[in-house]
Amino acid sequence: MLNQSQLDAIDQLIIDNLIQSGLDHVIFMDMAGNTIAKHDNGQNKLDSTAFAALAAGNFAAVDAMAKLVGESEFSLLFHKGEKSSIHFSKVNEENLLISMFNKDISLGLVRLKVAQTIEQIDKILTGDKS
Amino acid sequence: MALINVKTKEVQIKIVYYGPGRGGKTTNLEYINKKYREQIKTEMVSLKTQDDRTLFFDFLPFDVGQIKGFDVTIQLYTVPGQVKYNATRRLVLRGVDGIVFVADVQQEQRNKNIESLNQLYENLETYNLDLFSIPVVMQYNKIDLKSSGVPIVPSKVLQKDLNSLLRAPAFEASALRGGNVTPTLKKIISMTLASIQDQLF
Repeated sequence: MLNQSQLDAIDQLIIDNLIQSGLDHVIFMDMAGNTIAKHDNGQNKLDSTAFAALAAGNFAAVDAMAKLVGESEFSLLFHKGEKSSIHFSKVNEENLLISMFNKDISLGLVRLKVAQTIEQIDKILTGDKS
Repeated sequence: MALINVKTKEVQIKIVYYGPGRGGKTTNLEYINKKYREQIKTEMVSLKTQDDRTLFFDFLPFDVGQIKGFDVTIQLYTVPGQVKYNATRRLVLRGVDGIVFVADVQQEQRNKNIESLNQLYENLETYNLDLFSIPVVMQYNKIDLKSSGVPIVPSKVLQKDLNSLLRAPAFEASALRGGNVTPTLKKIISMTLASIQDQLF
């Protein structure tokens, strides 16, 4: 179980790194489909409970497909839509970070920001202070 | 494992309805969705094939109020019952806190119930979970078929087939008509909450 200071730090990271960069929604969740932290830009509504359940199922299915083709994992998933897109990234064996963004932001920026955030979240989870 | 968020004071619990194909798992959730509509904030999510068979899972979250200051959300899932979808069934079981095993009382389904329960045991093992130590409720569904003359397996026999070692609470039910759907749900919720209570402080 994550403690209060870990949850605070993760919330702050998501807001500073991702929401402030212009992403619409960010969900930090476990592989069972439970939402741990969720943030949005206040402009779009999302049924995050159902979304997290579906995202976990989607990621798990793709992960199982990876094993079938001999890959240890597909650690990154990306779905592109007309107006908004979804980026899935594995944080560790137990957690996922899902980012939703609109066409005003480039995938490159999202990937960069997500990669930085994941690295920092991982440090929070493992208690690495460096 | 239940997700306990100390910051938002939320607990999320995952309960999976498991059992052989066409046994009534989705029908259980559909009945709950209809009956408790006012407590359910979102639409039920069903990933199904064109002919209405569950392809991946059904998902229904609902709030049960506060326990020790935590808002408790129960997330109900079903698995696809068809034999070929075992890989998918296993995925849905990840992080499960409680199981309702929905057995089909029809005589011709007797072996399928047993096979499904055995596979549940194996699937849980892949997550280092033991069927004998997590909350389980048995539901013998379609009991209403008895009155239409369909050959059914008596509950005593089903208890012997499926529940002689497990000794889980069992209910005769009719998911289609709603009979004993709510008692099954209440039982699994109370057992699951009791099992995680030590983690709530």
